[in-house]
Amino acid sequence: MESRGAASLLKDSIPITDFSLPGSFEGHGLRRGFPCVKNELVPSHPLELSEKNFQLNQDKTNFAMLRNIQGLHAPLKLQMELRAVKQAQRLPFLHSSNMALDTLRGNDECIGFEDILNDPSQSEVMGEPHMMMEYKLGLL
Amino acid sequence: MAAVSALRAPSGGFSFDNCARNSLLEAELGQKGQRLPAARKTGTTIAGVVFKDGVVLGADTRATEGMVVADKNCSKIHYISSNIYCCGAGTAADTEMTTQLIASNLELHALSTGRLPRVVTANQMLKQMLFRYQGYIGAALVLGGVDVTGPHLYSIYPHGSTDKLPYVTMGSGSLAAMAVFEDKYKPDMEEEEAKQLVRDAIAAGIYNDLGSGSNIDICVISKNKLDFIRPYDVANRKGERYGRYKCERGTTAVLTENVAHLEIEVVDETVQTMDTS
Repeated sequence: MESRGAASLLKDSIPITDFSLPGSFEGHGLRRGFPCVKNELVPSHPLELSEKNFQLNQDKTNFAMLRNIQGLHAPLKLQMELRAVKQAQRLPFLHSSNMALDTLRGNDECIGFEDILNDPSQSEVMGEPHMMMEYKLGLL
Repeated sequence: MAAVSALRAPSGGFSFDNCARNSLLEAELGQKGQRLPAARKTGTTIAGVVFKDGVVLGADTRATEGMVVADKNCSKIHYISSNIYCCGAGTAADTEMTTQLIASNLELHALSTGRLPRVVTANQMLKQMLFRYQGYIGAALVLGGVDVTGPHLYSIYPHGSTDKLPYVTMGSGSLAAMAVFEDKYKPDMEEEEAKQLVRDAIAAGIYNDLGSGSNIDICVISKNKLDFIRPYDVANRKGERYGRYKCERGTTAVLTENVAHLEIEVVDETVQTMDTS
């Protein structure tokens, strides 16, 4: 594993947990439950955070640039359209096509890893409908 | 369908769920002195040169997996578009998938603009994608092609930096190939001269680098034509066997012979018809 050392003192660096501790796999499980990435508060891979927030960061950069060039109205109008289109979704446990959102973002003319790997429409497991509805309505 | 207690819909793309488990496994195996299996690398010599009317790309054809040759004749010159080709060095899967993804994106872009795609577009797409993944996608590429603005040649490194040069080499044999280029390159060469130069450069990589070997593939791209010559030259030939090593019957004298019959009794016989429709 990478040893961060002085690099971890930098503000932007992401801390990585050091897994080179001795001990069996089962020992880990007895003390802390089966290691699950979603339970960990630190990312297990340097790219995890940047990939999770990639679309958000892209949007932020683009809107900031647009604001500086054309004024506040330009990003405001675009964000209004995006927000309107994000509301037309299916229930949370069903897969929505997001066609209007893709068209607005320009993703209908691009193909990326999110279309090839782990396609959500081909997922082998589905979320529990009741829990997801309760989470969406804020009842959970 | 299995239901998982998740709160949000899953998103596509890379999944980092197994990273923690993998690092634990690696630590445990490291303690016992074993290693995880290595990814197949191309350990390569790839080169490109710009000549008078276009671009010549060349590559060797060996793919290695650690210390073993995994593929004696793999194709390292990938199609990006009808006028743009790309040689790939580094992790074989990464170069393959990256070039296919960029080829698809470029095709969509060309359909949308209605024009022949340009080499600089492919270069931008590749460098933006490789920089996004911070070098974890191990693909070092030599991109060459001819478009409306003329012939262009780029080298693209795994972390996302690119160079636009008249002659480039990449891969483990790049130093050997670059030595040949530095000695013999002239601007505005003829096509045959350029092909011979690239052949010599790749041959230097094949003979002096363990990670490169087998044949030399050449791709000549010019405004009106495209030549994909595979193989252009077979540098490493397997030896020919000079004699037969099979022994005839009677070479060894038979001293005794003992035949034992196996008593097999047919207990049950069933016939099952095959559906050959």
